[in-house]
Amino acid sequence: MIPLLAAATYGLPSYLLLSAVLFAIGFFGVLLRKNTLVIYMCLELMLLASTLALVAFSRFNGTLDGSVFVFFVLTIAAAEVAVGLAIIVALFRQRHTIQVEELNHLKH
Amino acid sequence: MADTLFIILAVLTVVSALLVVVNRNAVNAAMFLIVSLVGMAGLFVLLDAPMLAFVLLLVYAGAVVALFLFIIMLLDTTPGAQKPYSKVTLAASLLGAGLMIVGICTLSNRAVLPHAPEQVAVPTLKNYAEQLFTTYLLPVQVVGFMLLIAMLGVIVLSKKFETTEGAK
Repeated sequence: MIPLLAAATYGLPSYLLLSAVLFAIGFFGVLLRKNTLVIYMCLELMLLASTLALVAFSRFNGTLDGSVFVFFVLTIAAAEVAVGLAIIVALFRQRHTIQVEELNHLKH
Repeated sequence: MADTLFIILAVLTVVSALLVVVNRNAVNAAMFLIVSLVGMAGLFVLLDAPMLAFVLLLVYAGAVVALFLFIIMLLDTTPGAQKPYSKVTLAASLLGAGLMIVGICTLSNRAVLPHAPEQVAVPTLKNYAEQLFTTYLLPVQVVGFMLLIAMLGVIVLSKKFETTEGAK
């Protein structure tokens, strides 16, 4: 396969910038949304943004370690999603809501 | 060509990520998450990691988003009226945005980052396998156990246990 990036002007800073912007979008989603499921999706977005940074670093250093690490990140992310969604379902069974402002029983 | 592709994929990924956050309907948000994932898989291909792009599409767009959609439809969350944000939330958001802008300015002005090597061999499945079964053998085992534990945890979490009163 021909390397696509052989003569590209967009280097590592562009990818890091894109990764930072995606991370920020996810972060603001976590801050501003009230639905637990959407918050969880935004968390996944943040994880993916860091993954993109890892792959970019791996490519621009010419090593494979970053890419291998991304494998592990993806595996853990899959397990994490399964456990998190099970927790949300258990929570919904107990409280019949998944809006975060109504889930404040630890506060009182 | 790589530049044009980068622009297209970056815009696609960022815009659909924004739509994930902005969308009021959770199902639409999950759909835009898929679009964002496809854009990111394209970026992975652009970074000469086609294997990871496939894995990303299989694991995320295939399994994770399907699980999300399943739970969204199971819980039937109708988007209600949203309460206004508290002052602390708004302040934290503004502070976060300011910090991000400072970070981006620093990155684009000051950072000294290495240039790309002109030609890097595209990693094949064999290269990944070699790494995974030599250098990273122990982490692979640990991740395997981790998956097993997660599976057991999910079963325990979603099982309805009979209470002692119910058993009587």
